[in-house]
Order: sequence, then structure tokens, then C-alpha cells
Amino acid sequence: MKEELILDVKDLVVHYELEEETVYAVNGIDLQLRRGETLGLVGETGAGKTTAALAILRLVPDPPGVVKSGTITVAGHDMMSVSAKELEEIRGKDVSMIFQYPMTSLNPVFTVGEQIAESVMIHEHTAKEAAMERAKEMLELVGIPGSRANEYPHQFSGGMKQRVIIAIALTCNPKLLIADEPTTALDVTIQAQVLELMAALRKQYGSSMIMITHDLGIVAESCDAVAVMYAGRIIEYGTLEDVFNRTRHPYTEGLFNSLPNIRDRARALKPIKGQMPDPSVLPEGCAFAPRCPYATERCTQMPPQEHRFGGTHRVLCSAYDDPAFHIERGRQNG
Amino acid sequence: MNMPVNKTTKQRKKRRGRTGDVLHRLSKNKVAMLGLFIILVLVFISVFADVLFDYEAQIIATNVPERLMAPCWEHPFGTDDMGRDMLVRILYGARYSLAIGAVAVLIALVFGVVLGAIAGYYGGIVEEVIMRCTDIFASVPYMLMAIVIVSVLGSSAVNLMIAVGVTSIPGFVRITRASVLTVRNQEYLEAARAIGRPNVSIIFRHVLPNCLSPIIVQVTLRIASAIISASGLSFLGLGVPKPSPEWGSLLSAGRGFMRDYGYLTLFPGLTIMITVLAFNLLGDGLRDALDPKLKKR
Amino acid sequence: MYQYALKRLAMIIPVILGVSLMIFIAMDLAPGTAVDYLAPEGATEEDLMMLEHQLGLDQPLLVRYANYMTDLVRGSLGTSYVSHRDVMATYLNALPNTLALAAASILVAIGISLPLGMISAVHNGSIRDNLAMVFALLGLSMPNFWVGLLLIIYLSNGLGWFPSGGFDDGLRSLILPAITAGTGFTATITRTTRSSMLDVLGQDYLRTARAKGVNERTVIRKHALKNALIPIITISGTQLGAMLGGSVLTETVFSWPGIGRLIVDSVNSRDTPMVTGSIVMTTIIVSLLLLAVDLLYAVVDPRLRARYASKGKG
Repeated sequence: MKEELILDVKDLVVHYELEEETVYAVNGIDLQLRRGETLGLVGETGAGKTTAALAILRLVPDPPGVVKSGTITVAGHDMMSVSAKELEEIRGKDVSMIFQYPMTSLNPVFTVGEQIAESVMIHEHTAKEAAMERAKEMLELVGIPGSRANEYPHQFSGGMKQRVIIAIALTCNPKLLIADEPTTALDVTIQAQVLELMAALRKQYGSSMIMITHDLGIVAESCDAVAVMYAGRIIEYGTLEDVFNRTRHPYTEGLFNSLPNIRDRARALKPIKGQMPDPSVLPEGCAFAPRCPYATERCTQMPPQEHRFGGTHRVLCSAYDDPAFHIERGRQNG
Repeated sequence: MNMPVNKTTKQRKKRRGRTGDVLHRLSKNKVAMLGLFIILVLVFISVFADVLFDYEAQIIATNVPERLMAPCWEHPFGTDDMGRDMLVRILYGARYSLAIGAVAVLIALVFGVVLGAIAGYYGGIVEEVIMRCTDIFASVPYMLMAIVIVSVLGSSAVNLMIAVGVTSIPGFVRITRASVLTVRNQEYLEAARAIGRPNVSIIFRHVLPNCLSPIIVQVTLRIASAIISASGLSFLGLGVPKPSPEWGSLLSAGRGFMRDYGYLTLFPGLTIMITVLAFNLLGDGLRDALDPKLKKR
Repeated sequence: MYQYALKRLAMIIPVILGVSLMIFIAMDLAPGTAVDYLAPEGATEEDLMMLEHQLGLDQPLLVRYANYMTDLVRGSLGTSYVSHRDVMATYLNALPNTLALAAASILVAIGISLPLGMISAVHNGSIRDNLAMVFALLGLSMPNFWVGLLLIIYLSNGLGWFPSGGFDDGLRSLILPAITAGTGFTATITRTTRSSMLDVLGQDYLRTARAKGVNERTVIRKHALKNALIPIITISGTQLGAMLGGSVLTETVFSWPGIGRLIVDSVNSRDTPMVTGSIVMTTIIVSLLLLAVDLLYAVVDPRLRARYASKGKG
């Protein structure tokens, strides 16, 4: 069986054109995802991860958001050219999304059952009663008693709300599931439960998934491939092995260095110095150069070059123009 | 650090103070500026009305040969049943409407802000008493209240101000209390109390200045509604007695000639509308300028 | 919920006491009494004294108020000084006219302003939005009674489409008064709808709805509107209340025999029982209306249902 591409994003550029300034949120990213595969999209807050995800569903708020260029193909649909009606059919059925803030992502004036059932009614054209039955099943599936379908979101805890949102997203068995930091807003104890639930359900449904997170631990546990974003670009992209064990990009290295290492607890944490540049005034050269310990004069002047390693590993860093260059982590890990 | 130097626009934004910021935003709002301009013109006419016009000869004299003339070059707004030029009378009348609006709101402002600040700052039983009395007072529809007050005091410009002003008090009490509540427990008040400042001084120096935005907006919008209320009471014959050309009384007088001389009704109302519109435009502009978040959405 | 409603109902009692005392004192302070109004031309000092005694005006204020309250507890609002008719009956006779006017004007207002405000919010910043806002601002800036006068001048005197006053012509005679009383109403509700919808339009749960494939119309009309309703209901309720008390101008312009006219006429003739009774009744009706609005919140918003339940117990 040939591996089927569920998601194919090419050269996606998204800007927010505000009155006073333009925010360059996503600046040309490429992503591919095969059936059943999970991609971890990693980066700091403001790196453009959420915007990229919203663009895949064509949900970037417009105005002020504008998809400047790029092609997005989801399960064979060209998302940039489908009609509004087709878009409604694709959303929730071919691709659905789990949002970062469970507290505000459910409509407070409808019962959770109604909110799950709505999805069923739209995509499977079932009557309300049947849809409510499905909603109850879905609640049971995510570990909430079906009898609570007639309760309102404010009667649920944060973790349970996120379960409801997961239920909504999975109701119609989507081919692609995008989870935008699904556990960031939850208590640590609840995080593991929700992640476990998602992994189990994903396996059961065979959906492909994009897991947006800034937690490398989550990526290590649940992803097949990793894309690291910085200032609207993917600066390192490869299999989990590639990115974790054969790290190439200085920024990715910085991310690892700022994490405690279970094998070397005595080592001091090394946070990345400085801050991500203001996305409305991006520098001419590499956006990471001002914070990069390896940066040269050239890095601040010229856009970074892409380098490929093996068949799957892509790194956006001009330092590799010099074949002898390697980062410190690279030396340790071989 | 070798950060890019491409930041001039950002730095420019920061330099003005808060008041300067607000005024800057307001001055960029063309509609609000139009409102302000109209208000300034009306204020000018009101202040210099006695210099611009001859009260005896133009405002209250009768000129029977020229009575009820339709709008023409010589009398753009026509003449009334006494042969007086309507344009001149309307312009002269600006002083009544503006004065009534301003003084009424001043009365409401003084009483409302003091009561609201006391209620919000002290809380407890004091707040309970003030707010319950406000509720009772406000539960009488304001128009009825105003009618009763004017009847009690008698028809005059001053009593009209009092009636409209008193009925506007509850609004100011509530708004002031609500915004005082939001700052009551802030740390700088703790600090002021800790160094032993008297309560009155804390209220006036620290609490109220931080509650100004909603009150300023409320003042502007209340002047607008006060002018409308006052003209309504005058229309009912409960306002400035004739022959003073208050706009509401002009409408009341014009009503008798409504069938054949519609312009006597049209122009005074149009003037009220433009005046009230000016205050509403300025009020909306102020609100946007004071809270830029609202505008952006 | 019931407990909350009962608590609110109980709060009306001090309102009745406060309002009636306030009006009683005010009417007492007013220059002149009903005697001056009723006395025939050339009445002697003795006649006046007689009349005063008949009306009970020779007794001190507090005694009169106490008597009034005793009557009130027995369910009577007293008898008019002027017409000698029962105050309650007279009031209830005029009330339906005002209610009809209020109902018609709020229907007109909501029918126009809800769609207008929603369109305005959805197309925030567009020409449609700006036009709607200009109309709303104009409506807010026009004295309502002047709108009534213009309608009479142009639509009834000029074109003869509608009667210029009274209410002999059934529904047709209600149209102009309803528009008149509804102008400011429409303007206010349009502005409230717009800003309330703008508040809601940026909410995360609308994105959730879109992400599951809900079409944009349903997102706006179902998901957004239901959340935006509370401020709209609030302003409609308070406006309706203000309208019940403020209908006097519209009633004057259109010779509409409602409670507004009744109260102004009674104030002018210093008919204290009539004035007090009418204002107390109007205040009670307005209070009940606001309570109804409060309870309506709970229907719209499940979170408030829970809060009312806990408030009722506390």
C-alpha cells in the first residue's frame, strides 16, 4: 500500500495586517503528514504554531489575518480553493481541531451534549435524538458518564471540558486531528490523563495528528516526526530520531539545554538568552541570529539556507554551509 | 546586543503621557472633532448671544407685518406668529439648552459622584443605605419624577435644571460606585491608608482620579440626554416660560401652527438634534479614546 | 430561583413606601392645592375652608399619609380629589392604552434593531456598519416627540396616510405613536446589539463551532446571538420601563389617553391621590418588569440559573 498523504502544506505565508503594523506570523512553511502519522509542532509562544494550524482549517480570523501564499491540501481537498460550503463539510469531518483553552472553547449557553450532537447532525445528517445518543456514546468514550450530556460547560472542570472538546473533535472520525497545546491549560496531574486518552483514541480511530506543544516531553512520547518553529519558519524538521538524537539547529539545541536532563542531573540548565524577535519587525538575516551562540556576521545579514541530512532531516541554518560545522550537542550525541 | 534598529515607530508610541495619549487619539477621530467643533460654536453663540443679538428688538419684540413668513433669503428659517426671525431666536435659544444641559449634569455629577464614591469606598452599611435609596429613587421613571419636581418648584429655567439634574443622580451614583469598587482594593490605596492619610483625601487624591474615564464619558452623554429631557419638559409647558426662545418651548409654540407652518416645528427640532448629536459624537469619541481596546475590535 | 424571585418581590415593599412618601411630600410642598383648582369663581373664604375639610386637606401631612397607607394596605389607592372616582379604576382604565403603545413600539424597535445591530457587528467597519451607526446615532439624538410632530406634519397632514391623533382608527392610529416612541428605543438597542455581538464575535467557542463545520449563518444566529442576548434583554427591559413612565410626550403629541397624560393632568390639578396612586402603580409595574427581565436572564444563560439558585438561599 502506498503511503497516503493526509496533509500537504507548501510555502504557507500568513500575515496579520493591522492598522499600525503587519505581524509576520507564518513565513513560508512546508509540512507533510501521512496516514496514521503524528507530527509534533514545537516552538515558543508566538512562533506561529497556532496560526499555521488555523490556516490549515482556513480559520485564521480575517480581517486582520491574510493567507498571503501557499497551498494546503487536506485529504485531497485543496483548502485554498474550496467553496464555503465544501469547507464546512471538510471541517469536523476530514480535519478537526482541539483548542488550547478548554475553559473558553465551549459555548456556555448550550449543553455539552448539544455541542457534540451538532457535529453529528451536520456531517451525518441524523435527527436530533439519534445525534444526542451519539453524543452520549462519545462522552462515555472520553470517560464522562453519558448522563451528563444535558449539563452545561460551567458544570465541568477544565480537564473534563477538554475531554468534551476531544469528543467533539473525534465525533465524525476525522482523518486529521490538530491538537493545539491541548494540555497547557490543565493541571499537571490531568495532563497525563488527557494525553493518554488522546493517544488511545487516535490509535483506535487511525487519525493522523499534529500535536502543537512547547513541551518536548510530550513530543518524545507521542510523535513520529517533529517540526521546530521559530519566528514563523520551520527551522528543523525530521523524524523524532533526527531531531532528538541528531539535533542540528542551534535553537533546537537551546530548547534541549533549557530542559533538565534525567541522565545528568548535576548539569546546570542553560536557558536561551534573549527573546524571540517582535514578529512585526523581523530582522533581515536569520531570526535566531541575535540569540545564537554560533552566529556570525553573515547570519545577521543573509536569510538562512536550508540543509538536508539523510532523506528526512531538514535544517534551516547557514552555518552548515561549512561542512565541518557541528553544534555542541551534536558532538555529545555523535 | 546587536538587535535590529528598526524600532522607531515603537519608540514614538511610548513618549506621550496618558492624558496626551487620550487627547491624541481623540484629535485623530474626525467625527468626534466635528462634534467638539459644533459644541464650541454653540458655546460661543451662547456666551456672546447678547452681543450678537438684540434681545429686546429681535427676540421678544413683535413685528406683525412679517408674521408667519415661510423660509426665504431674509429669514432662512422663516418667522413665527409674532413676526420674529426663527433663525435668530433659535440661535439665541442655544444658551438655554446648553446651560440647562450643563448645569443639570453638574448637579447630578456633584451629588452622584460624592454619594457613589462614599458608597464604593466605605462599603458595608453605608453602601447598603445609599444604594437602596438610589434604587428606590431610580425606580420612579425619570420623566415622571422630573414632572413632579418641576410642578413642585414651579416652571423656570433654574427649576428645569434642578429637575433634570436630580433625576440624573442615580446614574452617576451607580457608575461612580462601580468604578470605585474596581480600584478600592488596589495596593496603592493600601499604601495611602498605611501612611495614615485621611479618607477624604484618599478618595479625592487617589480613588476618584482613577475612576475618571467612565465618569467623563457619562458627563458628555448625559448632557446630550439632559438637553432632550429639558426640551421635552419645556414642550409640556413645564420649562422656561415664554417668550424666552428655549428650543422645547419653540416646538410647543410651533405645534399650534403645525398644519400650515411645519417649518416652525422642523427647525427647532433639527437644532436640538444637531446639538445632541454633537455631544453624542464627542462622548463616543471620548469613550474610544479612553479605552482604545474597545475601538480595535 | 423561586426564592430569588420572592426576595426581589419583597424588595418592592420598601420601594412603595419610599416612593409614596416622596410623592406625598412633594405634592404637599407644591404651591397651591386641589382646592385652588376646584374652587369655583368667586368662592368665599368659607367655601374654601369647607372644600379643604371635605378633601381632608386641613389635616397635617403625616396624618394624611397614615390614612393613605391604611387605605393602601386595604388595597385601595383612594379617591380622586377632582373626579371623585376611584384612583385604581381610573388608572387601570388608562393603562392598556399605554401598554399597547409600549408593546407596539418595542416590537417595531426590536424588529429593526436586532438585525441591524447584528449586521453592523458582523461587518464591523464596513459601509453598512457605518450607515447603521449613523442612523442609530441620529435616532438617539432626536427628541422623540419631535419625531412624532414631523410624522404628523408629513405623513398624516401632508399625505393623509395616518390619523394625527386619538385612537379611533384601530391599528392604523397606533403606527405613528409606536414609531415615535420607538425611535430612541431602536437606536439604543441597535447600538447595544452591535457592541454586545462584537464582544461575543471574538470568543473561542465560535472558533470551535466553525472548526466542527457549523456554517457561518448558524454561528452568528445561534452560537453568537444567544450569548449576546443578555445586554440586549437588559437594555430592552430598562427602555420599556422608561417608556412606560416617559410615554407622556408621545401621548401628548398624539392625544393618546394613557397614564402619562393622566399623571400630568393630575399633577396640574394637585390631585395628590391620583398622582401618588398612578406613580406608585407605574413604579410597581416597572419593578415587576425589571424582575421579569432578571428571570429571563436565567432562561438564556445557564450560569446565571445556578447563581440565582445560590443567591436565593443565602
